[in-house]
Amino acid sequence: MARAELMDFDKALELFEPVIGLEVHVELNTTTKMFSSAPNPANSQFHVADPNTLITPVCLGLPGSLPVVNGEAVKYSISLGLALGCEIAPSSRFARKNYFYPDLAKNYQISQYDEPIAFDGQVEVELENGRVFTVPIERAHMEEDAGKLTHVGGSTGRIQGAEYSLVDYNRAGVPLVEIVTRPIFGGEADTPALAKAYVATIRDIVLSLGISEARMERGNLRCDANVSLRPRGQEKLGTRTETKNVNSMRSVERAVRYEIQRQAAILAGGGTIIQETRHWHEDTGATSAGRPKSDADDYRYFPEPDLLPVVPSKELVDELRAALPEPPAVRRRRLKSEWGFTDLEFQDVANSGLLIELEATVKAGATPAAARKWWTGEIARLANAAAVDASGLVSPEHVAELAQLVDSGTLTDRLARQVLEGVIAGEGSPQQVVDARGLAVVSDDGALIAAIDEALASQPDVLAKIRDGKVQAAGAVIGAVMKAMQGKADAARVRELVLERAAQTA
Amino acid sequence: MSEITAEQVAHLANLARIALTDEEIEHLTTELGQIMHAVEQVSEVATPDVPPTSHPIPMQNVFRDDVVGTTVLTADEALAGAPESDDSRFKVSAILGEEQ
Amino acid sequence: MSDELIRLSAAALGAKLASGEVSSVEATRAHLDRIAAVDGAVHAFLHVEGERAIETAAEIDRQRAAGAPLGPLAGVPIAIKDVLVTKGMPSTSGSRILEGWIPPYDATPVTKVREAGMIPLGKTNMDEFAMGSSTEHSAYGPTHNPWDLDRIPGGSGGGSAASVAAFEAPLALGSDTGGSIRQPAHVTGTVGVKPTYGAVSRYGSIALASSLDQIGPVTRNVLDAALLHDVIAGHDPLDSTSIPEKWPSMADAVRRADVSGLRIGVIKELDGEGFQAGVRQRFHESLELLEKQGAEIVEVSAPHFEYAIAAYYLILPAEASSNLAKFDSVRFGLRVTPEGGGTVEQVMSATREAGFGPEVKRRIILGTYALSAGYYDAYYGSAQKVRTLVQRDFDAAFANVDVLASPTAPTTAFKFGEKMADPVSMYLNDIATIPANLAGVPGISLPSGLAPEDGLPVGIQFLAPAREDARLYNVGAALEQLLEARWGGPLLAQAPDLSSHELTATEEGAL
Repeated sequence: MARAELMDFDKALELFEPVIGLEVHVELNTTTKMFSSAPNPANSQFHVADPNTLITPVCLGLPGSLPVVNGEAVKYSISLGLALGCEIAPSSRFARKNYFYPDLAKNYQISQYDEPIAFDGQVEVELENGRVFTVPIERAHMEEDAGKLTHVGGSTGRIQGAEYSLVDYNRAGVPLVEIVTRPIFGGEADTPALAKAYVATIRDIVLSLGISEARMERGNLRCDANVSLRPRGQEKLGTRTETKNVNSMRSVERAVRYEIQRQAAILAGGGTIIQETRHWHEDTGATSAGRPKSDADDYRYFPEPDLLPVVPSKELVDELRAALPEPPAVRRRRLKSEWGFTDLEFQDVANSGLLIELEATVKAGATPAAARKWWTGEIARLANAAAVDASGLVSPEHVAELAQLVDSGTLTDRLARQVLEGVIAGEGSPQQVVDARGLAVVSDDGALIAAIDEALASQPDVLAKIRDGKVQAAGAVIGAVMKAMQGKADAARVRELVLERAAQTA
Repeated sequence: MSEITAEQVAHLANLARIALTDEEIEHLTTELGQIMHAVEQVSEVATPDVPPTSHPIPMQNVFRDDVVGTTVLTADEALAGAPESDDSRFKVSAILGEEQ
Repeated sequence: MSDELIRLSAAALGAKLASGEVSSVEATRAHLDRIAAVDGAVHAFLHVEGERAIETAAEIDRQRAAGAPLGPLAGVPIAIKDVLVTKGMPSTSGSRILEGWIPPYDATPVTKVREAGMIPLGKTNMDEFAMGSSTEHSAYGPTHNPWDLDRIPGGSGGGSAASVAAFEAPLALGSDTGGSIRQPAHVTGTVGVKPTYGAVSRYGSIALASSLDQIGPVTRNVLDAALLHDVIAGHDPLDSTSIPEKWPSMADAVRRADVSGLRIGVIKELDGEGFQAGVRQRFHESLELLEKQGAEIVEVSAPHFEYAIAAYYLILPAEASSNLAKFDSVRFGLRVTPEGGGTVEQVMSATREAGFGPEVKRRIILGTYALSAGYYDAYYGSAQKVRTLVQRDFDAAFANVDVLASPTAPTTAFKFGEKMADPVSMYLNDIATIPANLAGVPGISLPSGLAPEDGLPVGIQFLAPAREDARLYNVGAALEQLLEARWGGPLLAQAPDLSSHELTATEEGAL
């Protein structure tokens, strides 16, 4: 596709005020689906499944099948609504949203329409630069996910040019909560960062509630970003575009930034923005035009006659409110003091969006310092190189295990980095990678001494220098020994032994 | 209320995914006009003070326990009725257009 | 022997099976033989189970021989309206779009019937997706009224009613969205009950209009209906709208059959203009009989019933247009690919064009219109308000009377083709039955005699408050006793002997 013309970001901000609205879909991790007792693939125990095996007649929309609401999903939704500072509706209802698409088994989606379960909330979002925003929440409503299409033929597996498509309905009916913000003003140059921080905050919230696996790379958390620009001094909002398919936090930031630059270039050139759905392309870092909004969007909503109103009792809402975990901001303050980090160290962690991973890693047995070192260091670097979120790369349990292997002297930092690569490549736990690749530090002094003696013998000039007290000359011998041991030795111990042997052979 | 036009019927047929022939559209335009004329009288008594009824027997909070049920199908059962499949997934012709 | 077996009521057959006088295999074979003999002319069945029914019957006979505790209908054959999905048996809902589809699961009422030891004989004909009052809208050809093969058997459940009236099955399951059990009962001289909405699970019933549909019994007498009602009613966690409370025995209500002191309200709006003279005559004779037995007859008014048809023909198409969206050629059913291929959208549209009949298309387009942005409030929204008004009419009436009564339908069975060209006049057929569906209240239709002018059966309808289905069985059983005493036996004994049609059927083939 032709790459759109973009305006310089700073220039765009001079001319226009960006306004965004974010829709985040959260897949709940209940055991079963929203309206059917089929296993829920958004629950980690059913994540790996063959196509069309997590299916009841309801998931396929078989004639005669009927939906029944998952009570647990309702509780999760109420908890989420409360955590978002929302009012919980005394009575809410499901509606049918009618449109034809092959991934939609009934050709209507059951979704809450004019009576959502939660509405009117706000969420505090802290940016990397320390700015704090209050994002207004319009509503959070329950609905069901659609199945998964795979496009076959053509060049790229994309829908364009595909010869045919295959449908797997395992995901059909996965419980979703869609969180919709009101228009967010005042982000200015921080707008892209604000979008990212907002999604990170939602992720923190759902993880702390334990209601979603929240893994963006699996689609547990998905963001649609509405972006519009209005010329400075204008009251009326500009025409917005809705960018879909933004499936990592860094992409949220990039996509919003891209749309601001693209729309600014069009508007400055005298063009108009078309209200349309756009698709984010991770590979090119660009959005492309999708379907324009039109008559085809007549969804013919009406109350779902197969389901009854949800009327949560005050007791239930109070009970769920009392069980809410601490809000993310409070939690940050607590963790900072528990871990004994400096402001700078904690900022580093918070900005990485990896607080939850860090906490889990510490819980799994790593020291806070080690956990911080690994997550914000090597793991973040690898994630960045692969253009993925660090949280999806490796589990906190494995990181803790890795840190312990270093602490116990089984691995050097250098070896540990190799082990980490193996873990990420799916070779198993750190210990399994150590065993399979034979990466453990050689702690047998006998083997080391043999290698040292050989190195000293082959470099008599170096030996002489060491004896003359030029201790730094030992480096060459240490290097040779480390090489001979294929790196699987503790360099400090080798140094000790080199000096010892050099003295003894005098 | 409004008269129904052939264009409207064609639009409705598109929304409902039925490839009506021109003849059917013409025929339905007349019939729908008659039927809508006959049913429009509902608005005579549907005053704002009357609440709508969507369920004849009012109930609320009908929930299911979050446990895997006994109605789960095997992939073979799920695919048995499919007009076309690749043995694990349902097969449909090209979508073109755009993804939702 | 075989002819005697098929003329027994389900209750009587059940008793003979229980006493060991007859085996279920014999009873089942007798009905299969009858189907083979007369269904060419009647065309009540879309699918007949044959040997599998015999195997099921043999299994029940074995269980009985082994001393297993069995219910009163165990071993009794039953016909199932094709609107209900049946595992391993084709289920089409009378539509071409589902031709050959074999569901992987049973509807809950079917499961219950099987658990009661009944023997499914096959699937009965119906108007496509239950849209119609004559069974002429079946994609597989119409069913013929056993009283006069040139006339309609009612609809949408004409197949179930005709199968029972033609002695092809002792009883059957039907579905009633606007009268599809009661109106066929009226024109075939049989008994049909629409239970309270939510009394019988809708799970596995191919939905027409979700907030109106209800499954119920189709039989030759009131006791049989009650026995079948007792089998199929009860809470089902798979249907959110299923009523959780326990139900009293309907069979006990039949045995009570006492109308002394019962207040019966005659709905004045359903007893006048537009109703055939013979229909009204038999209706009033029935009321007089009940009055003589101690019932009190009072006139009540239901001023909003005149809006009921209009509301119904907005709500039904709206819900149906959405319910029928799943027939898209992807997961089950017909697929029609346009010449030279096409996009999935074109395939869906071509499939639905070819797979749906004219009445289905008409109602889908109508429903799509009624739900469209800009029209919702005027149409669907207003219709839902009329529903409230109809409920209020019922509430006001039931504050004064125990049950309501009306003729079941305005006319006796009409001839094929008579109303096909005019959908609005076809829709008026349901004027007396629709209010019950809008309000969710139960209704029964039972024969009240033959109309003097054409000699065709006429039904009387009773309606009761929601959850008071037992009242219908009480009053129905009382009236049935009085009428049968007058007639000297069941009305169906006066029906023509279909065996003379066997030859015609073979010569002409099924229509």
